[in-house]
Amino acid sequence: MAGTSYKGSDIKSVDQFIKDKAGLSSSREKEIGQHIGYRYDVNLIPDYNRITPFLKGYLEFMGWDDLNWLEDVHMGYEEGEPAIFDRNCNGWVRIPKNVKLPNNQQDRDMMARELLIKFQMSPKHPMVQLNKAYRKVG
Amino acid sequence: MAGLTTTKQAHVSHDLGMHTEALRGKTQQRFFDVTQEVGGYGYPDALDVDFNKRAELDCEKLDTKQINSQLRDLMKRGYGTIVLQNPGSKHSIAVGILNRLNLYIEGSCGYFALGLLDGPNVKVKGRVGWACGENMLSGTILIEKNAGSQFGAALRGGDIVCKGSVGARTGIDQKGGNIIVGGDTGSFTGFMMQRGRMVICGNAGKNLGDSMYDGTIYLGGEARSLGVDAVPGEITDLDREWLTRKLKMYGLYPKKGIGHFKKIVAGKQLWNYDNLEPGEKKLVL
Repeated sequence: MAGTSYKGSDIKSVDQFIKDKAGLSSSREKEIGQHIGYRYDVNLIPDYNRITPFLKGYLEFMGWDDLNWLEDVHMGYEEGEPAIFDRNCNGWVRIPKNVKLPNNQQDRDMMARELLIKFQMSPKHPMVQLNKAYRKVG
Repeated sequence: MAGLTTTKQAHVSHDLGMHTEALRGKTQQRFFDVTQEVGGYGYPDALDVDFNKRAELDCEKLDTKQINSQLRDLMKRGYGTIVLQNPGSKHSIAVGILNRLNLYIEGSCGYFALGLLDGPNVKVKGRVGWACGENMLSGTILIEKNAGSQFGAALRGGDIVCKGSVGARTGIDQKGGNIIVGGDTGSFTGFMMQRGRMVICGNAGKNLGDSMYDGTIYLGGEARSLGVDAVPGEITDLDREWLTRKLKMYGLYPKKGIGHFKKIVAGKQLWNYDNLEPGEKKLVL
């Protein structure tokens, strides 16, 4: 029967998908030429000791006691570059090359959350243009 | 087709020449300066409301459309705390709110209440029908009594909490966020869960977590059975810390603590990466 065992590989290092953008470790991944699964741990729970001042301000503004939907935002990796998936434009937003990455995933996730909020609030976000173009008149 | 008429809807998109756009999923390149000053914490088009400005709306003689349009009108006028009186279990109340808001519903709601929310904090004093909070993106929903089936279906983000018990297929197709149930849940809870977390303080029906791809289910009671590819996982200190904080936040922390909670995760045995290559298919034919 097709698909009855997990053929993927585990994530071993925080820089794994920067150093090896293909990320092919298991024999099945090498065979099909595709990494199996996510390039980050989707189940990683945030460490609230690492929250940034900007994020604290955002939570206060929204009236939330914790990170709310941002608990599911992580720093991922697209073609060997650190990036954040933005559900509002259904695409990856890459981190600028001049931004220094922390050496652990928890701090990288907090950075990803802050950058994603700033991007979504920006007038340069694709949703702003789409809203202007497609919203009903009147 | 008989009976159908076309109406001319004016869109700005036509003026911009975008009506011929082909949706091919092409990669976009946009550049954004992360160090630039940002005006606020809300979406550029979000309604600007003040939590200290409070309004009440009596829904007794209003239908769903009137309730939702009056709610929107209040938000446009800057009201950030709104109380809905006498909702009368009407369907599809308070859907598609995309800005911050404190919303109090003094009664029960019907089907598809509070769907597609992105930001508000909602408290419902009564019960809710099917598919409450469907496709919510962010915010919090707190239900004081019981909820129907498909509670938090296709949830994408935020917290949806029911202090009582919920029906079947809770969180079906969940893609993120947290579903918390103070009581019991029905069969096929967490069916095809893709990510996010679910906390069931009581018992679960048959096939808990059936065909889940990813995500985590914390179970305080017993499940009648686990679904296909749902397997026990190991609870870590981060899990315990998270559970304690979330349950205390919504007044659901059990008197006996959380030591009895079990963790259910995806076994990843159904992940299908065994499709035959075209060359291999020829051999089968």
